[in-house]
Amino acid sequence: MASAPDLLAQTVWEGLVSGVLYALIALGFVLIFKASGVFNFAQGIMVVFAALTLVGLYEKGVPAFLAVILTLGVMFVLAVAIERVVLRPLVNQPDIILFMATFGITYFLIGLGESVFGGNPKQMIAEQLYLPKGAIDLKILGGLVSLQKIDIAAAVIASVMIAALALFFQYTRIGRALRAVADSHKAALSVGISLNQIWVIVWFTAGIVALITGIMWGARSDVSFALEIVALKALPVLILGGFTSIPGAIIGGLIIGIGEKMGEFYWGPLIGGGIESWLAYFIALGFLLFRPQGLFGDKIIERI
Amino acid sequence: MFYREAGQFKSTYQADMAVFPIRQDRIGLAIILAIAFVVIPYFGDDFFITSVMIPFLVFSLAAIGLNILTGYTGLISLGTAAFMGVGAYACYKLTTMFPNVNIIVLILASGLFSAAIGVLFGLPSLRIKGFYLAVATLAAQFFLQWAFVRVPWLFNYNASGAIEVPQRLLFGIPVTGASAAPETRYFVCLVLVVGLTWFASNLVHGKIGRSWMAVRDMDIAAELMGIKLLNAKLLAFAVSSFYAGVAGAMMIFLWYGGGEAADVFGIRLSFNILFMVIIGGLGSLIGSFFGAAFLSILPTAMKFGLPALGVPMAGATAEHVTFMLIGGLIILFLIVEPHGLARLWQIGKQKLRTWPFPY
Repeated sequence: MASAPDLLAQTVWEGLVSGVLYALIALGFVLIFKASGVFNFAQGIMVVFAALTLVGLYEKGVPAFLAVILTLGVMFVLAVAIERVVLRPLVNQPDIILFMATFGITYFLIGLGESVFGGNPKQMIAEQLYLPKGAIDLKILGGLVSLQKIDIAAAVIASVMIAALALFFQYTRIGRALRAVADSHKAALSVGISLNQIWVIVWFTAGIVALITGIMWGARSDVSFALEIVALKALPVLILGGFTSIPGAIIGGLIIGIGEKMGEFYWGPLIGGGIESWLAYFIALGFLLFRPQGLFGDKIIERI
Repeated sequence: MFYREAGQFKSTYQADMAVFPIRQDRIGLAIILAIAFVVIPYFGDDFFITSVMIPFLVFSLAAIGLNILTGYTGLISLGTAAFMGVGAYACYKLTTMFPNVNIIVLILASGLFSAAIGVLFGLPSLRIKGFYLAVATLAAQFFLQWAFVRVPWLFNYNASGAIEVPQRLLFGIPVTGASAAPETRYFVCLVLVVGLTWFASNLVHGKIGRSWMAVRDMDIAAELMGIKLLNAKLLAFAVSSFYAGVAGAMMIFLWYGGGEAADVFGIRLSFNILFMVIIGGLGSLIGSFFGAAFLSILPTAMKFGLPALGVPMAGATAEHVTFMLIGGLIILFLIVEPHGLARLWQIGKQKLRTWPFPY
């Protein structure tokens, strides 16, 4: 039995990896929600769009790293466009209206992405970006666990990015401005913070996160619009972690990732399999009933 | 000139508060109903009836359902398609269990099953709201869609894994199944939609509707005024899912005729119905019809209309352009006219009323 993989450890590891990837998507949501109060439903499609742009540019003959830079440029243009076209006219509207507006962005990006790059799944250019390939076998608990190198890379990159974002939020001038905007639009405006600029920065940051997430997701599977459904998994992660907390997004992601894989592995076969598609939502839902604001979320205080 | 209420005096409070206080509106409604009941089945060809009118009616009903929940009560739902699916599967189970019962009764009864499931998934709405509730309804969407595929009892252990619509007669005329004439199916749809719209209109104009709108505008204030939040929200979920369920049963039994039922009730359909409500007008029954008409006809128009006008466009391109168009329109409507097409209709009527003098 020594050569057989240890199933529990393997399942936990796989859960951790998908948890990291969920957390990456959730991070994009949190960034935007924290700094502008907009619940950005389009984050999932932004991930797909960024990955598609990258691969699409590469297929057109652009060198890999130049394609990354060009994609960042596209995400910046997208951020500016969203700020100009969607956010600026809708400032001061109820949250729910802004939420619905991001549905519009979602559909627009689906249409744009498909008409420019086609709807077929594409291969992510992992090798050209010097991402590691293959697997290492690790001996744990008397069994073997096979770790994909790309997963380890994803975890490392995610940690680095999260640390960078935390430092950015905590110690830079722009980071302070972002937190001020999150507290109150009006107060931030009155001390001379440019709301428009902040919004562009935030959406661009979310675009960068989307690109990195897209590369990581794409390296594991193909780049296609099926990712869009996977991206919806980030929503229970958000609920679990709280909408405004970066650590919440990470821990929520890990809980959802592990819980989902364990549930699928141990209970899935009992009731027909494929329960991964909804288990995460039920974990989040059960949690919501006891702590509506999430693990690290701010308590919602309402006044008439 | 023709649309002016001068000389129409109201002597009772009831007449003043009527849903259609102006005589021309009542005449207009009668004309629309006459067209729907007589002109379309008589002159419309089969293609028009099956791929334009029946989808329009089905989506209208679903949009009314979602509008009750989102537009009137302010609870966002992304699970409409799943509730429609519950209606379709419930109707299938019912009609195979009770083959002799009138199919229309069963379609309406399957709405009740959908309502029960809707209440179940609406239960968290007391503690959570807004985006959180949207995620809770996504749970319904994914769980139910999974159940449609994985629970064989729901499709009677068919080898194909899908529901097959059996033939059912009404007064000796086939209503469902392959041999049902488009006109018959259209008539059944129309009767159901008109009846349920009338019912919904009475609901939202009455005490229940007012309590829903109070919850939408500010739920804490509504609670202080004595509205029981749990009752109001759960009732909204129940009624909304009932409408969705009936629409779903109609969709499979009177439009699709079985087939890939589990795929139909996916999240894309939920989104589409939400878009109908947004574009048509949140909190407006007539807006539900406008939104359904707009979004159910837009893809067909893009696919068949543009080539007919001489604009060459491949099917795939047309689909992508439709996506972009819908996305753009949603943003445009939210910015320019948050109350949607229904508000444009109102403005048009107001302009007609004062025409030719704008003030």
